[in-house]
Amino acid sequence: MTDQAEATTHETPLHDRHVAVGARLIEFGGWLMPVQYSGILDEHRAVRERAGLFDLSHMGELFVEGPEAGKGLAAALVSNPPALAVGRAHYSMICAEDGGIIDDLIVYRLAEERFLVVANASNAHIVSDALVERLHGFKAVLDDRSLAMALCAVQGPRSVDIVGPLTDVDLSALRYYAIAEGHVAGIQALVARTGYTGEDGFEIFVENARAKELWDALIDAGKPHGLAPVGLGARDTLRLEAGMPLYGNDLDRTTNPFEAGLGRVVKLDKPDAFVGRAALEKVARDGPARKLVGLTMEGRGIARHGHPVFNGERATGTVTSGTHSPSLGRPIAMAYVAPPDAESGTILDVEIREQRVPARVVDLPFYKRPA
Amino acid sequence: MVPPELRYTKDHEWVRVDGDEATVGITEYAASQLGDIVFVELPDTGKSLAQFATFGVVESVKAVSDLFAPVSGEIVATNDALTASPELVNGEPYGDGWMIRVRLANPVETDGLLDAAAYDELIKEG
Repeated sequence: MTDQAEATTHETPLHDRHVAVGARLIEFGGWLMPVQYSGILDEHRAVRERAGLFDLSHMGELFVEGPEAGKGLAAALVSNPPALAVGRAHYSMICAEDGGIIDDLIVYRLAEERFLVVANASNAHIVSDALVERLHGFKAVLDDRSLAMALCAVQGPRSVDIVGPLTDVDLSALRYYAIAEGHVAGIQALVARTGYTGEDGFEIFVENARAKELWDALIDAGKPHGLAPVGLGARDTLRLEAGMPLYGNDLDRTTNPFEAGLGRVVKLDKPDAFVGRAALEKVARDGPARKLVGLTMEGRGIARHGHPVFNGERATGTVTSGTHSPSLGRPIAMAYVAPPDAESGTILDVEIREQRVPARVVDLPFYKRPA
Repeated sequence: MVPPELRYTKDHEWVRVDGDEATVGITEYAASQLGDIVFVELPDTGKSLAQFATFGVVESVKAVSDLFAPVSGEIVATNDALTASPELVNGEPYGDGWMIRVRLANPVETDGLLDAAAYDELIKEG
């Protein structure tokens, strides 16, 4: 039964909506997802200038509930969920004993004894299994609702104008990285002010049965504001511009949070024993063996995942993500390089099809939304 | 229906013969499959091409694709406009989105390429 479930490609509850507008669909993390509707550049610009609507129903929603839900998560993850106030969230990771990253996550505290952990689609079942194992012995229960819940995100400067009139949640009181329970278009929902684009926006969680209703209501409310449906293609260009890592590209089992420049996520000062503590303490002490940096291309060529990076004649690392940046009008990339080469301003070379093309190390993010 | 006066390859390049020279680009079908084109890499003028050898690369946001020469010959011009405006390939694939001009080494090669009807069949099955 498990094998069958993992071999199936799932359709999201919004599948018909994407097909109806002629979206191009691809298989991603076990799900059939829209990669583009009108075109990646068009959709990217829509989010930066107005707003975009994303079907993110492929993501994993793992609820952890019980008197020791917080403690259990503190033992399972690198962050300190008990430190979250109710209604607040933080970015986290689940690591292996050797400190390698199993997935990056957002943890939301819904109540004193109730947390929502959102995992990447491709890792949802791995994270679910790992949490069940790690919560053993704690008074906490995992409820994996990934296949029961849909997720729509509205992202862009017009997000508040679009979602505000549809919801009983007071958006002016909902800070970045906060979550509230309420209704959107009359549908019971969790509304989180989180996202993967670098813009203001909301991630709205509802039961599958109401997903189409939610999507239609958002499309309708978004019409006067130029809301456009946006696929995974633009989701990737947006998050890279915002300096956000993608699991599978920039983060994987062989990378640790400190290498990825995300040491702040690891709360070594929490009292709890947690999986990976010893390994991560060692990295914190010794410094990471390599560093994830941002690169802007100085010569002609688009750096892509897997391209080698050089400092002069010396090989120094590899590109993990790269694309043309619509907002910057030039190619950008992330790469792991040797720590001495990670200084902002350093000129390195990316080998693209046997040509060495210069690139400059820059601070992340590449793009910051206007204040 | 693709432009009837052009010839086509199975890899979705088109060629327009003009005396002893020919202009080469990629078809609308290819451009549409790739998505928004953001980078085109073309060889230098003076280079000699063999038929069906790769002559460059076209990149969309998400994909990198080789370009294959429909004909052999010497490159006499490349479309510099594509450096600043790669999107011309999407907008005008048979016009301003042209890629290279070649002096034909062997004019009869085009007889072996697909005509418009055959190419339309090919992409219908695609």
